Amino acid sequence: MTTAALTRGATRAEGGYGFRSAATMEWLKLRSVRSTAWVLLVFAAGLIGLAILVMAHTHWATMSPADRASFDPTEESFAGLTIGQLAFGVLGALVITTEFSSGMIRATLAAVPRRPLLLAAKAAVLAAVTLVAGEVLAFGAFAAGELVLRSPAPHATLGQPGVLRAVLMAGAYPALIALIALGLGAVIRHTAGAISAVVGILFVLPLILLPLGTSIQNSVGQFMPMLIAENSLTAVKPQSHTLSPGAGFGMLCLYAAIALAIGTWSLARRDA
Amino acid sequence: MIEARGLVKRYGPTTAVDHLSFDVRPGTVTGFLGPNGAGKSTTMRMMLGLDRPDAGTVRINGKDYRDLRSPLHEVGALLEAKAFHPGRTARAHLTALAASNNIPRRRVNDVLGITGLDKAADRRAGKFSLGMAQRLGIAAALLGDPAVLVLDEPVNGLDPEGIRWIRNLLKNLAAHGRTVLVSSHLISEVAQTADQLIVIGQGRLLAQTTVAELSARSNSLEEAFFQLTEGSTEYSASNIAYQGSPS
Repeated sequence: MTTAALTRGATRAEGGYGFRSAATMEWLKLRSVRSTAWVLLVFAAGLIGLAILVMAHTHWATMSPADRASFDPTEESFAGLTIGQLAFGVLGALVITTEFSSGMIRATLAAVPRRPLLLAAKAAVLAAVTLVAGEVLAFGAFAAGELVLRSPAPHATLGQPGVLRAVLMAGAYPALIALIALGLGAVIRHTAGAISAVVGILFVLPLILLPLGTSIQNSVGQFMPMLIAENSLTAVKPQSHTLSPGAGFGMLCLYAAIALAIGTWSLARRDA
Repeated sequence: MIEARGLVKRYGPTTAVDHLSFDVRPGTVTGFLGPNGAGKSTTMRMMLGLDRPDAGTVRINGKDYRDLRSPLHEVGALLEAKAFHPGRTARAHLTALAASNNIPRRRVNDVLGITGLDKAADRRAGKFSLGMAQRLGIAAALLGDPAVLVLDEPVNGLDPEGIRWIRNLLKNLAAHGRTVLVSSHLISEVAQTADQLIVIGQGRLLAQTTVAELSARSNSLEEAFFQLTEGSTEYSASNIAYQGSPS
């Protein structure tokens, strides 16, 4: 032990903390745990792998005229979003729930006592990472899918109307799911509980609609995140009983905003 | 300087902290004593703005913790061992915390050196022994070179050499003019480091005194402590006997 290092003034109090420094901390935290790399790997494998699997197994010759008419080569290349949304949902939940499970939250909040600022910093870093990864892999999945799709099946190109928009929205969708999961995680605080809630919203809610009849499915289904992704965001051919791409995207942004608002309220109000 | 005034914290029907007021002064080590469940940890969490008091205030250098501009420069805290992500290395943990308050990176190496963790710095903290985890917690507390230190049972899990190390560390920190508050449920342990004492039981202040004054009250320091805390332990001997007998 060196006494010199204990003398006050060894470091000077400079600047304090703010959004920028809190975001730097969150970025350093995110990249220093293994789970982040694993999630990104699963996300990449899911998006690219399923695009190849689905598109390589499209047999134009044996498809019915109705199937041919509704075949949307853009939407089909994003089959991997089913896995991708779950991967980033898990990441979004872990960003906050591992802090509670490990006790790290106490150290974090001692360093950044303004809790809304902390959650905003977490959300910003999570959004940046998932958006960049999402967009890169959305373009990758689209390119891989079109590459393995065999003629004479019609191919999509980025120059066709609506295709670039669909690819961009496909890349943004998992980031929005990650933010929804972060908000849920801030409320639920337990990893298993938060991930269950994400799975429930993404996969179980649509199943509950199934026995309720077509009219309810049509009216309510279009507001389900996974169906928005499939039928509104990534679809180039218009489908019935669905929100427009813009409305669907706006709806998901609204969900994320609500989840984060409730998460902020819960984090600020409850003892840590 | 830490000033608690009329602190109250309730969990449902139980009152964990009951109108607690005390001062912790700089330049000396203050022991925060009380039997298990006396409310020491709850009080410390309220100091750090982690738990919100139901009534009363606790101020650090005249401010509410949540209003501190650069918290790690003003207060260093060790509230529980292993308050870190098990998958992160000690260095990554400290680097992230340092970044939050704009503390230069070289300070991470400094505190790793002070706590003797240099060689373990790049190992995953989840593999640390309790003693090493405590050292990492202390390293984090020292990061911002704070004027106030709040340590909850810092000797837990340390071997005799580690205990001696922490005693010297705390005395040194106080000698340099810092405010040092250390909780314990063992009077004999605290007496070796602290001069000032705050004794609580069932959330209430039993005494704000000095080690010298308390030991003068009875044959031994321990005896004096037992007399003071009598009736405010969670499970007194008579309670245990009662629970053990068939009804």
